[in-house]
Amino acid sequence: MGFKEARQKAHDVWASLVDNKRPLIFAGAASCGRAAGVQSVISAFRTRLAEKGIEASIIEVGCVGMCYLEPIIDIKMPGKPRVSYSNINPARARKLIADHIIGGEVCEDLAIGTVGEQRADGIPGLFEHPMLAAQNRRVLRNCGLIDPTNIDHYIATGGYSGIEKAIEIGPEATIEMVKKSGLRGRGGAGFPTYRKWEFCRRSPGTPKFLICNADEGDPGAFMNRSLLEGDPHAVLEGMLIAGLAIGSSKGIIYARAEYPLAVERLKIALAQMSEYGLLGDGIMGSSFSFEIELEEGAGAFVCGEETALIAALEGRRGMPRPRPPFPAVSGLWGKPTNVNNVETLGNLPQILINGPDWFAELGTEKSKGTKTFALAGKVKRTGLVEVALGTKLRDIVFSIGGGILDEKKFKAVQTGGPSGGCIPLEMLDLPVDYERLAEAGSIMGSGGMVVMDESTCPVDIAHYFISFTQQESCGKCPPCRIGTNKMLGILQKIKSGKGTMRDLALLEELALTVKRASLCGLGQTAPNPVLSTLRYFRDEYIEHIRNRRCPAGVCRKPRKKAADNHNSNSVADATGGE
Amino acid sequence: MTDNNGDYGTGRGRLISALAKIQKKHGYLPEDALSELSRKMGISKSEVYGVATFYSQFKFDPPAKHTLHICLGTACHVRGGMKILESVRKRFKVNPGETTEDRKFALERVACLGCCALAPVVVLDGEIHGKMTPESVDKLIDDLDAPERGV
Repeated sequence: MGFKEARQKAHDVWASLVDNKRPLIFAGAASCGRAAGVQSVISAFRTRLAEKGIEASIIEVGCVGMCYLEPIIDIKMPGKPRVSYSNINPARARKLIADHIIGGEVCEDLAIGTVGEQRADGIPGLFEHPMLAAQNRRVLRNCGLIDPTNIDHYIATGGYSGIEKAIEIGPEATIEMVKKSGLRGRGGAGFPTYRKWEFCRRSPGTPKFLICNADEGDPGAFMNRSLLEGDPHAVLEGMLIAGLAIGSSKGIIYARAEYPLAVERLKIALAQMSEYGLLGDGIMGSSFSFEIELEEGAGAFVCGEETALIAALEGRRGMPRPRPPFPAVSGLWGKPTNVNNVETLGNLPQILINGPDWFAELGTEKSKGTKTFALAGKVKRTGLVEVALGTKLRDIVFSIGGGILDEKKFKAVQTGGPSGGCIPLEMLDLPVDYERLAEAGSIMGSGGMVVMDESTCPVDIAHYFISFTQQESCGKCPPCRIGTNKMLGILQKIKSGKGTMRDLALLEELALTVKRASLCGLGQTAPNPVLSTLRYFRDEYIEHIRNRRCPAGVCRKPRKKAADNHNSNSVADATGGE
Repeated sequence: MTDNNGDYGTGRGRLISALAKIQKKHGYLPEDALSELSRKMGISKSEVYGVATFYSQFKFDPPAKHTLHICLGTACHVRGGMKILESVRKRFKVNPGETTEDRKFALERVACLGCCALAPVVVLDGEIHGKMTPESVDKLIDDLDAPERGV
């Protein structure tokens, strides 16, 4: 089947959804929906529909990003608008069948909005919801709306038109287009994507490898998981475009082991691509050939670092090595290799379709486009959001996130996970872009954003992140291996009320040394949570030391008797607990 | 990562997926299976072991009947994941990474499952549960087919 026929077929499939003859039930079935219990809701629907003899289709979709309202169910009756309902449990599922599917009445008390152009009386559009209205959903445009296991849905919403365009204009013009767009790496470091591509394209040696880094390991970050679960084809199409641009015929996805659903959806998507002639020789009748292989990681945070990731793919311990040589010159098996993040790749199809100016109309001078963030922690509306770069942190936390849970006071927002830092109240008007976050002592990172309230202790948070990086340090270079361990010891001491002012000075000195002397990004950024909390919350550290008191009430003094700690490697030591 | 032909790489790229395959079959990496793999792939046993121990997914003991993973990602940490861990640890007298003596229950911690919006999250025998408390986790465990109270 040629792509033109495939596209026609996809449009027919899509039209049958828009103009449906039988009731359609869309279930938000990404990992977050599953954690909220959507599977029991789906089986409740199945059972009751069968009992009532109603023929309806249940379509599992990804996550629209409103994780706090999961499980989310959409119902679309023939000729009627698609209505979204939140917090559905099996009892409510039966109510929806009785009222909406049989009775034809929208359950206004459970509805959160309508999807698509049609409206229902008294129900606002879903995208007018305060959590969604301030967003610019570009990369996430399909998440929660289409069936991620159905390639036709993706094609019908413009999918694979980006690679069609790239094939038409060729590699050089594709790189030029991405250069003009200003796209920078979404994995955190923010290196211009086109430059990485140019290095790799110009490097001698074949084959060249294109790697999709889906080893999203930052605790508190789930952007890539959501995109892979909700719209895997967008990332895979991005791989085709990047592959074409650098002159590669071999793509590899390195996916995190803890993401079984994302892996499953990628496998389905890859099989569909083969079936549609979007992989293999002569894609879309051109001379471009490309294969994609899926590799599952085996669980190591450091493998998010590109040279460590390459080591893992070569069957070795996932330890980084010094650069240069950069992977663009000598990467996997010594061949030119380009490693791009999931979200970077997910941006490409639309840059090709809509043009670089469209992409660059959002953002700041040096940070163009949008960025997805995983909004979590002590905020009312948690979920996955996508905003124009340059959006103020305040807007993300308060307008989109709805403010702090239980009307408590905002204390800080932590960006960039274990490589980032805490940004305090005074800096809430900071526009989110690569440079401004770095100036504030944090980093953009991959997009984790964890909100902290007055009951969160900065010392505890610093301790939490250092205990994480200390455990995940691969052990190759001493500054990281020993430095993080010593920093953890000092933080433990301060937390338990035994710290001295000398410890504080030593902690700061160590942090700067680890930052400067470590081999890879893990060690170079590991001290950031300590340095940023010291910068903005030094008084709380001092309170722990001088008055042996934790102002947030999180850190407690260790029990008087050590008898409970039967194991010196106690859980509290290992995990950053009290 | 397979390496097509002999032009580059040595078949070495298949080591991790081979280990994963063994683990899928047995639930862990038995020593004799590692020896056999080492022979077959021509990689020394110490190196096979070195690679396997680097990655947290690989286990060297037979799996317990039930496994509880407690997420301690940032969001779960600030929303009380530690309290759940402490309560389970007290109930079963096991630390993360350990299994009860009767091999019925294993406790694991995981850095982040990416369900941060529903924190705190646990995974019991592969099933994800969100918005947990020590009490609701207790109940999940009680509801298992064969409750292991007072192990």
